[in-house]
Amino acid sequence: MTFPQLNSDLLLGMKRWIDGSLKMFTREFGQSIEAFFYPLSRALIFFENVLSAAPWLLVILAFAIVAWLASRKWTLVAGVIVTMVAIGLVGLWADTMKTISLVLTATIFSIAAGIPLGIVMNRYNRVGAVMKSVLDVMQTMPPFVYLIPVVMLLGIGRVPGFIAVVIYAIPPIIRLTDLGIRLVDKEVLEAADAFGCSRSQKLWKVQMPLAIPTVMAGINQTIMMALGMVVIASMIGVQGLGLNVLQAIANQYFTQGILNGFAIVGIAIVFDRISQAYGQKLQAHRGATHD
Amino acid sequence: MAKSCKPIGVQPMTDGTSIEIRDLYKIFGTNPKSFVEAVRSGVTKEELGSQHGHILGLNNINISMPAGKIHVIMGLSGSGKSTLIRHINRLIEPTSGSIMINGRDVLSMPEAELREFRRSGTAMVFQKFALLPHRTVIDNVMFGLEVRAIEKAKARDIAMRWIERVGLKGFENRYPSELSGGMQQRVGLARALSNDPAILLMDEAYSALDPLIRTDMQTMLLELQQELKKTIVFITHDLDEALRLGDQIVILRDGSVIQKGSSQDILLRPADDYIERFVKDVNRGRFIIIDAVMEPGSSAADGLPHLQSGTTLDVAVKELAAASAEAATITDAAGKPVGAVTLRQIMAAL
Repeated sequence: MTFPQLNSDLLLGMKRWIDGSLKMFTREFGQSIEAFFYPLSRALIFFENVLSAAPWLLVILAFAIVAWLASRKWTLVAGVIVTMVAIGLVGLWADTMKTISLVLTATIFSIAAGIPLGIVMNRYNRVGAVMKSVLDVMQTMPPFVYLIPVVMLLGIGRVPGFIAVVIYAIPPIIRLTDLGIRLVDKEVLEAADAFGCSRSQKLWKVQMPLAIPTVMAGINQTIMMALGMVVIASMIGVQGLGLNVLQAIANQYFTQGILNGFAIVGIAIVFDRISQAYGQKLQAHRGATHD
Repeated sequence: MAKSCKPIGVQPMTDGTSIEIRDLYKIFGTNPKSFVEAVRSGVTKEELGSQHGHILGLNNINISMPAGKIHVIMGLSGSGKSTLIRHINRLIEPTSGSIMINGRDVLSMPEAELREFRRSGTAMVFQKFALLPHRTVIDNVMFGLEVRAIEKAKARDIAMRWIERVGLKGFENRYPSELSGGMQQRVGLARALSNDPAILLMDEAYSALDPLIRTDMQTMLLELQQELKKTIVFITHDLDEALRLGDQIVILRDGSVIQKGSSQDILLRPADDYIERFVKDVNRGRFIIIDAVMEPGSSAADGLPHLQSGTTLDVAVKELAAASAEAATITDAAGKPVGAVTLRQIMAAL
């Protein structure tokens, strides 16, 4: 016995109507939406140009300095330098710079938008409940599905790629900001109230500083998710290591695939270790208190 | 030194800040207001819990706390003592009743006024210290001043003075996790005192400390109080601590006050069996003073040793033994006789 599904004419009509409306919407507003995202497009191109045009020695030096400031460990600095030199030696320097520029811009945007959203989610229970379901959808919906309307509206290129990466990478930072604030010790919050803190004093003097280790874990997750998205983003015209992997899959170039794959792994490890080391440094004084 | 820490607040509180708690009820549950009448007319905690699913937190509390004294609220866990202290700065909203502080009803204060009251009228010390782990000792002590937007250099001076006062000089740049429990609670105390509040709320402040350190902290509090004359509300589950610190002791059980009085009242005239059981294990000689057992009178018998009024029985026994005497004359601070006591009377009270 087959499932008593809706009338197939009705279903077909529905699909046609939705697709038709989306097309209409695209025709009508595509131009203005593209215009709206134009500044973003310029910013992405600018950032990519800066990284690509910068002398490789300067880029490696900059990464090494960031690694040192974040961790104060020579081993990490050495690891960063070795990884980047290896990537350059196998001829992937230019593609890697493109990938890093996309991942970094997407991450910075995700942090800038995600932390305030996490605070809002924590502050307003109802909004939080709605946001939670939206985040669930964002994290489980196959990226290809939301790429369809993005591509229809914006075509292919950097901006849709950026949007796809942000949609995929922003949930952890939002969730972990909310979680971090919720995990703050209740007695400390009570002390803040007892000393007459206003709501914003409590947030900025007590809750956020104490939530930082959790927020850092969110930032780390966001970076990793953004890097994981580069291959899928290459399907909508994002250049860089992801595109090489895509070509390798299509043409069964094993070596090209594995080299580019390892380059992605390499920068993932570099970003991960730097952000984790920084997070640990922030936690230095939060160790278990004496009883 | 501490005298120079005068109020900087918007509304300087006078030293004479008393607390009047009247008809205070707190019922926890989904519809607490509707059960106040029932509790007033005699529904017990058990009935309220089993039949109506509400928990009776505080039942008809009436306490006057005169200014400048240490008021100990004692009870075991679940007695409502922590709930009660949180009503004074309204961290918990009551179901019904009033709390007057210097003629102002805390419970009817609008939000801004309540915040101002919490900032400069009260300060609280917590059982688990509740320090900010990401701040150094001095930044923790400055917290209350910072919340009140007091100029940084000035706040630092005040904080440093209090850090010295509680004996933590040299530790101001350490983090709480580097300090022992006793030191952390000193930070908690300095943080509270740096606001120069008229009312100091101490919620089981010493319960988490080792016995020896606890005694040190009690001594420090008594010394500070001699100078500061704050109105202190001190919560504890430890009768020894209550007897040692309290000018007035209130004993709570199941959310109701079962006895109020001085340490002498509690020890010599326990209100019921429950308190009697508590009192039984206490070293009475350390707390009962000779005035409570002496025969008043102004004649001084010849040849008897003199003991000063206020001496504890422990000390009196030792003095009598040292003088090989059976009785003593009690004198006031000026040396004038105010009564007489025999060893037999002392032993009977122990």
